Amino acid sequence: MNAPAKPMQSPEAFLNALFDESILIKTGVDGLYGRAGVFEDVIDRFEDAVTKMAVGDQATRIHFPPGMPRKNLEKAGYLKSFPQLAGCVHSFMGDNTDHAKLVGMIERGEDWTGMQDATEVALTPAACYPLYPTVAAAGPVPEGGRLFDLKSYCFRHEPSKDPARMQLFRMREFVRIGTADEVTSFRATWLERGEKLIASLGLPCVIDLANDPFFGRTGRVLASSQRDQGLKFELLIPVASDENPTACLSFNYHQNHFGSLWGMHFADGDVAHSACVGFGLERTALALFRHHGTKVEAWPADVRRVLWG
Amino acid sequence: MRDRVRAIVGSMNLLPVPVDGLSDQDNLFDAGMTSFGSVQLMMAIEEEFDIEFPNSLLTRKTFATLGGLISAVDQLVGQKV
Repeated sequence: MNAPAKPMQSPEAFLNALFDESILIKTGVDGLYGRAGVFEDVIDRFEDAVTKMAVGDQATRIHFPPGMPRKNLEKAGYLKSFPQLAGCVHSFMGDNTDHAKLVGMIERGEDWTGMQDATEVALTPAACYPLYPTVAAAGPVPEGGRLFDLKSYCFRHEPSKDPARMQLFRMREFVRIGTADEVTSFRATWLERGEKLIASLGLPCVIDLANDPFFGRTGRVLASSQRDQGLKFELLIPVASDENPTACLSFNYHQNHFGSLWGMHFADGDVAHSACVGFGLERTALALFRHHGTKVEAWPADVRRVLWG
Repeated sequence: MRDRVRAIVGSMNLLPVPVDGLSDQDNLFDAGMTSFGSVQLMMAIEEEFDIEFPNSLLTRKTFATLGGLISAVDQLVGQKV
């Protein structure tokens, strides 16, 4: 039976329905799930639709691994803004005595995690974070700027029963680096394209001004600044909740923040601006399953045509 | 109060221009203060005056001008007494 899970009773009810249909697979940790083949196929097809939309843009495609240099995450200011979301990879670095101690602690059911030390690797929180130092290291930004097509698994520590709030998820991202006019024009183009793409998939959506989930009291000031300057918009789709729709795409203008931070300059010394559009791949797939049901063969013909041709 | 707030802003290297050259109405963000700079300023002001900005004042607008900031600090210090 093709069972669209709507109206949604609760995010957890949607999550359990996805488990029951074996679309997501439990691991025992909230926000950390296996994906069924059909779920992966939907993501692949959605990505193809995104790629088709951007085919004339001639973006440079780069895939970084889901880990990045910890020192770059620190320099990017991520821990100033989002310490609650950051993840750093730790590993055992002891000797034979320490190893015996570690094994004993595990056998006794004690907390052994203090036996590990931080490595040089942090988990990537957004696909674009590893890009900026790479661009800066390549020398001056050419006239006309640059455009990148990125994809990465990303980590954010926010365990939740909402299936649309995973701890490890994939983000497809286009990043434009150039003058203020070039990058804001890029963002305006994708605001239109994004809405058109999601509408073609038969999904209800709205675009709204937004802010990042900055930490604590200081974060309130940063969020206010971001909103007042119109730096972030999100495309929202009801996924696990009708009252609180989920941000499936985001459209961000960084001004010259990353340009100044990493030293991305034009040949004349002017600091480059940047903007990005991010696609939450799992979130968009979940939106499709939510609105069209769990059996993709029964999805509306026009939606299937966009995804499967 | 006014001088103490100005002294804090001047001592923090938040601006590429001297604070003495700015009026109370000039926009500090236009003068080069970053969003992170405004957060640092908020924490320094709270420590100096032993106050806590309420959520309603944790906005970009509060830190946009010296005049607005002085007025907010004046109000919060007054509430302590």
